[in-house]
Amino acid sequence: MEKKKIVISPVTRIEGHAKITIDLNEQGGVDDARIHVTQYRGFEKMCEGRPYTEMPALTARTCGICPVSHVISSTKACDNLLAVRPPKAARNLRRIINLAQIIQSHALNFYHLSSPDFVYGFDAAPEDRNIFKLMQTNPDMAKDGINLRAFGQKIIEELGGKRIHPTWIVPGGVSHPITTEQKEKILAQIPQAMEIAQKTLKYFVSNLHRFQKEIDNFASFPSLFMGLVNKKGNLEHYDGFLRFIDSEGNVLEDGVDPIFYKDYIGEAVEKDSYLKSPYYKPLGYERGMYRVGPLARLNVANGCGTPMADKEFERFKNLNDGKPVLNSFYYHYARIIEIIYGIERIEELLKEPETLSDNIRSHASINRDKGVGCSEAPRGTLFHDYEVTNDGIITGVNLIIATGNNNLAMNAGVKQVAQAFVDGNNITDGALNRVEAVIRCFDPCLSCSTHATGIVTSRIEVRDHNKQIVDVIHRS
Amino acid sequence: MKKVRVGTIWLDGCSGCHMSFLDMDERLVELSQYMDVVYSPYVDAKEIPSDIDLFIVEGALSTDHDIKIIKEIRKNSKLILALGDCAVTGNISAMKNLFGTEAVLEKGYFDLADINKGEYPSEVVPTLLDKVIPLNEAIDVDYFVPGCPTPADAIYEVIKAIIENREIKISDYTRFGK
Repeated sequence: MEKKKIVISPVTRIEGHAKITIDLNEQGGVDDARIHVTQYRGFEKMCEGRPYTEMPALTARTCGICPVSHVISSTKACDNLLAVRPPKAARNLRRIINLAQIIQSHALNFYHLSSPDFVYGFDAAPEDRNIFKLMQTNPDMAKDGINLRAFGQKIIEELGGKRIHPTWIVPGGVSHPITTEQKEKILAQIPQAMEIAQKTLKYFVSNLHRFQKEIDNFASFPSLFMGLVNKKGNLEHYDGFLRFIDSEGNVLEDGVDPIFYKDYIGEAVEKDSYLKSPYYKPLGYERGMYRVGPLARLNVANGCGTPMADKEFERFKNLNDGKPVLNSFYYHYARIIEIIYGIERIEELLKEPETLSDNIRSHASINRDKGVGCSEAPRGTLFHDYEVTNDGIITGVNLIIATGNNNLAMNAGVKQVAQAFVDGNNITDGALNRVEAVIRCFDPCLSCSTHATGIVTSRIEVRDHNKQIVDVIHRS
Repeated sequence: MKKVRVGTIWLDGCSGCHMSFLDMDERLVELSQYMDVVYSPYVDAKEIPSDIDLFIVEGALSTDHDIKIIKEIRKNSKLILALGDCAVTGNISAMKNLFGTEAVLEKGYFDLADINKGEYPSEVVPTLLDKVIPLNEAIDVDYFVPGCPTPADAIYEVIKAIIENREIKISDYTRFGK
């Protein structure tokens, strides 16, 4: 048998489109597999010449799934340009809307995109593996997913005026305070959201035994982890400091102010993807592979800091005897724990009297020519880095997007799962679905990270090393 | 009644209009009684089915592959709905046009890179067009539904009206930039 290449395109049920290629050797085994992100949006260039006040609204449009994260990091970079710290009420309100978005995004990944794999199994018929089928066969579960996502989206709408691309978060703070009625309205939704979150956790944990081979092979390997932690070393999504750990849990760097991110993170270009590959600079390209996002955040943190999430955090930590959890399948688990944490924190923040203060915005003009804003987006650490003229016109932009941080690990993960499940002599749809499912674990947001579209075909083209098509297989 | 066969895709956009589609919340369950989503990022179909009643397209066209696929979509669909400002006018996605493709690539893969500086992505990935264009510059479009993103209420009303074969005034529900 000669060398062949399998192309999966587009990767479906992820946020954005990508393409995966799998290189087969003469024996039909997998030599290599790669994910290719296939479109480039160019925000770093097209924001040049715009006034800094436009940046939150402009950069929100990098992503319709996590626009709030971009607005948060962008306004934080602008706070930095103004050299102001927003008042406490504004910081609390920004935290609430940020957590609301993390909840809705995690619910989207779990229910709308990934749950068909859990409910029907990875080998189910392709036409059944979607949320619309779930609406028919498990209507209560589908409605839970819709309602949990809506819980987050409604908070964003309540505070920000609209669910997607809200304009309420502004340089220096937020544009208007929260009213007592709004506060009560959100608080009234919390019991139902928590009930669904606990149900989700129970469902997931009780089904884990069905997925042991996936747990062992879905991007399960040593890597570094990066995430923000607060002063106590606990889970943090809005402020705080960067912590880097290795796969044994040793702290490599701690207390790093995100404005110095460039001392720690480099970016490499690869010819077969529009998504760049960030790496931990002190260890160099490729060896410096790190993971970000829910799994990484729980791995770097000492705890969550809220009672119900901490209860589950303890079980999570026991998965690997207190050491970092290396199996990317557990990103799903980490997302559920973060949903619980998010609901608890929103309640705490709403009940802080200062949150209702009218003092919600600091005013200033440009005081610095450079500003960096950093926050934890649903998928990981997000950096916005701006340079401006004295008049506040943008002259330079660098963005490191949450998903991009995971690029090296996603590639290593695709290769691992392909080697475990794909047999070149008998290519099955279930095996290829698993290769896509490892990508779903990372929950990449490719519209953010560059934005991608794939070549649309259910045909799998098998090519020889001269790229000639030698065989065509239909997926369904 | 025969269910309406619906496809959805996002091209060069932010996916916000697709998120707005999900923001119909429980109304999605209602609509799913009248429509089958046969191609979409939310389902596992890998090629454009041949007999689509309504194709909802988010985003502008920015690669050679976008052009290829939108023509295939046109060929296979009775009706095409341009969803959101990027599909209708190019919007933010077309801001790249102010600088040109070369300058945009140079910024990302030379200026802002540490390793393999200037090795512009060129293998496996599609080629960027010289100019980002809205849908109607490449194909005939049947419906234009603006918004950034198009609000969920507008998406619901327009889909419902198409299913029931009646006209609505779209400006009651959305506008550019909304």
